[in-house]
Amino acid sequence: MANEANTSGKPLLTPFNIVAGIILILGAVVTVIRFTQGLGPVTNLSNYNPWGLWIGFDLLVGVALAAGGFVTSAACYIFGMKKFHCAVRPAILTGFLGYALVVLALNYDVGRPWRLPYPFIVSRGTTSMLFEVGACVALYLTVLFLEFSPAALEWLGLKTLRNLIHKLTLVLTIFGVVLSTLHQSSLGALFLIAPSKLHPLWYSAYLPIYFFISAIIAGLSMVIFEGAIVHHYFDDRMDKTHIAEKDSVALGFGKAASWVLAGYFIIKVIGIAVDNNWHYLATGYGIWYLVELLGFVALPCFLYAIGTREKNLTLMKWAAGWTVLGIVLNRLNVSLIAFNWHLPADERYIPSWMEVSITLFVITIGILVFRFIVTRMPILYKHPDYIESH
Amino acid sequence: MSITRRKFLGWMGAASAAAVAGKTAKAATNKEFPGYPQGLGVLFDVTRCIGCRRCEEACNEVNELPPPEIPFKELSVMDNKRRTDADHFTVVNSYNIPERKIGSVFRKIQCNHCLEPACASACFVKALKKTETGAVVYDASVCVGCRYCMIACPFEIPAYEYDEPLTPRIRKCTMCAPRVADGLLPGCVASCPTEALTFGKRDGLLKIARKRIQKHPDRYIDHIYGEREMGGTSWLYISDVPFSKIGLREDLGTKPAPEFTAGALGAVPMVVGLWPVLLTGIYAINKRKEKIAAGEQADAVAAAVEKANETAANNLAAAMETAEKEKTSAVEKAVKKALEEAAKREEPTEASEKDDTREDA
Repeated sequence: MANEANTSGKPLLTPFNIVAGIILILGAVVTVIRFTQGLGPVTNLSNYNPWGLWIGFDLLVGVALAAGGFVTSAACYIFGMKKFHCAVRPAILTGFLGYALVVLALNYDVGRPWRLPYPFIVSRGTTSMLFEVGACVALYLTVLFLEFSPAALEWLGLKTLRNLIHKLTLVLTIFGVVLSTLHQSSLGALFLIAPSKLHPLWYSAYLPIYFFISAIIAGLSMVIFEGAIVHHYFDDRMDKTHIAEKDSVALGFGKAASWVLAGYFIIKVIGIAVDNNWHYLATGYGIWYLVELLGFVALPCFLYAIGTREKNLTLMKWAAGWTVLGIVLNRLNVSLIAFNWHLPADERYIPSWMEVSITLFVITIGILVFRFIVTRMPILYKHPDYIESH
Repeated sequence: MSITRRKFLGWMGAASAAAVAGKTAKAATNKEFPGYPQGLGVLFDVTRCIGCRRCEEACNEVNELPPPEIPFKELSVMDNKRRTDADHFTVVNSYNIPERKIGSVFRKIQCNHCLEPACASACFVKALKKTETGAVVYDASVCVGCRYCMIACPFEIPAYEYDEPLTPRIRKCTMCAPRVADGLLPGCVASCPTEALTFGKRDGLLKIARKRIQKHPDRYIDHIYGEREMGGTSWLYISDVPFSKIGLREDLGTKPAPEFTAGALGAVPMVVGLWPVLLTGIYAINKRKEKIAAGEQADAVAAAVEKANETAANNLAAAMETAEKEKTSAVEKAVKKALEEAAKREEPTEASEKDDTREDA
């Protein structure tokens, strides 16, 4: 951090750095407790609630919000929407960091983290949805690393290697879309095996499709949302093309998000109809379900539509933030809030402060690494040596 | 089915999660797995259980679990709802059923050893396995500790060593597989003083259960819990009170757990196979569109340039013509003017001459 502060000429003790520092210290302390005393003293997990915040948020939300990488690169390289090119690198970087942090968080959650490669090299349990999740996340992390690497190689000045990887762009993009389709959906499919534990309004045979479609929505919204934040804090790192194109990215992605949200709303309603779950809507869980469906799917769909019609960038940004919140809510509903709904209140799960602190710790690491990279590598601008090759 | 094929399939699995998806988590077919023919099980008769907790004690000893905080002789613990945990592979709970004459009903719970276990299907390292003898056993040497088996189990049985920092295991009843292999009865069965527990082949246990129900139709509920629940379990229950009143869920259905994920797993190879084709197709279409657009643009530009050139040439020609005309007319004008001027210059001379002549005249 000291280097960065020096290079950017800013003071080290900014409010952000102080808060980040406190979270990092706290996280380090909890890390020590986790790996010396186990999950018991650190988490509120129990035999009834084996998965908590670290799976519900760090894994499920983390992967969904990192979907911007595959959505943007597919839009630009496969669907030929060249005007979104400036959004590809930031989205890929966020995706790469997002997945890397998911894996980092998993190391806290699983009992014996060094055995994480076991499903592939020691004993392959191919009947498990988790096997598919693991395989795809591992492969996709590799793909994202390769997709991100040209920026790092340009920074390091390794031209030959950079050009070699750059030639693989299309193949990597297609591979990325295939893998994302598979693991985004199989994160939802993880819960297919437990129909007796997940509330019927959230349980559906369509869970994998819901997760995949909502991941596209998450990806589109994150690009807009993050774009707004990045523009606020790092506009000195942007070149003219980036600044000129970013508004059309927000408008284009917002329009797409509005359409996908509309489709998502329709298939969610179809899901209720197929299982004939209408009567649950009149219960407490039903009202909560409607809050999610109307407040966090239908509402942002309209907000995006209005924003598109009026070319209102501010509205687009707010709609994006609201949608991201809706995705967080959906993943927490499926994994924690509507899961184990049959249990009495005293057997339900509420995360401990130490679990929350590790989640914040992981997010903070993500932000710091993002800042480190964006202030050094050609993410928000084109490297002068490679302008023609894009 | 030879081992080599299995091994081959395993490798395929490593290369692509898709390839073997349908192997054990069967897709929708008319095939049904009725359990291993030699599969063993235990029949628990609720009407015979007196709630002495001897089975709990025996289980504790046989599995070398830590000594209990409250001794097994203390029976009041049964009044609280207890579940299996890392130190208790079986628990007996007491249920108060007012309609029942004798008062409390006791229900023992432990792993039900499903015929097609959700836990084994969910395990991504095959740490949990259904053996041909009927037991669902656990191998800690490959377990990652992800706890997905605990999410998957509809009976909420597997427990986790939450206080082990680096070597936590999943803990659950093994149906005393090691003892049974030595020809012994499971600990709980051997210790039961009232024969509430009967150990034997599952097929035989079903017959015994049916016989008891037939013999005392007024006493038993006409249902063997575990015969078909979640595709069938090796542990079976018969009771004189509704199962849902003694903590055995009756809303689980009869579908084996692997079938819930079979559809999603079955879709994987289709995505792997078709997505690249579709995406490359979309890419190719866009590329072609771009090419055609570029071609059309080039043509349009060429045509425009040609037209512009033509117009320019025409304009030039016209301009040249005009210029020529102007030049000619200018020359003509100039000549005319010159002539006129010359004529003018001559005229006054003539006139003066005339004047002169007039004067002269």
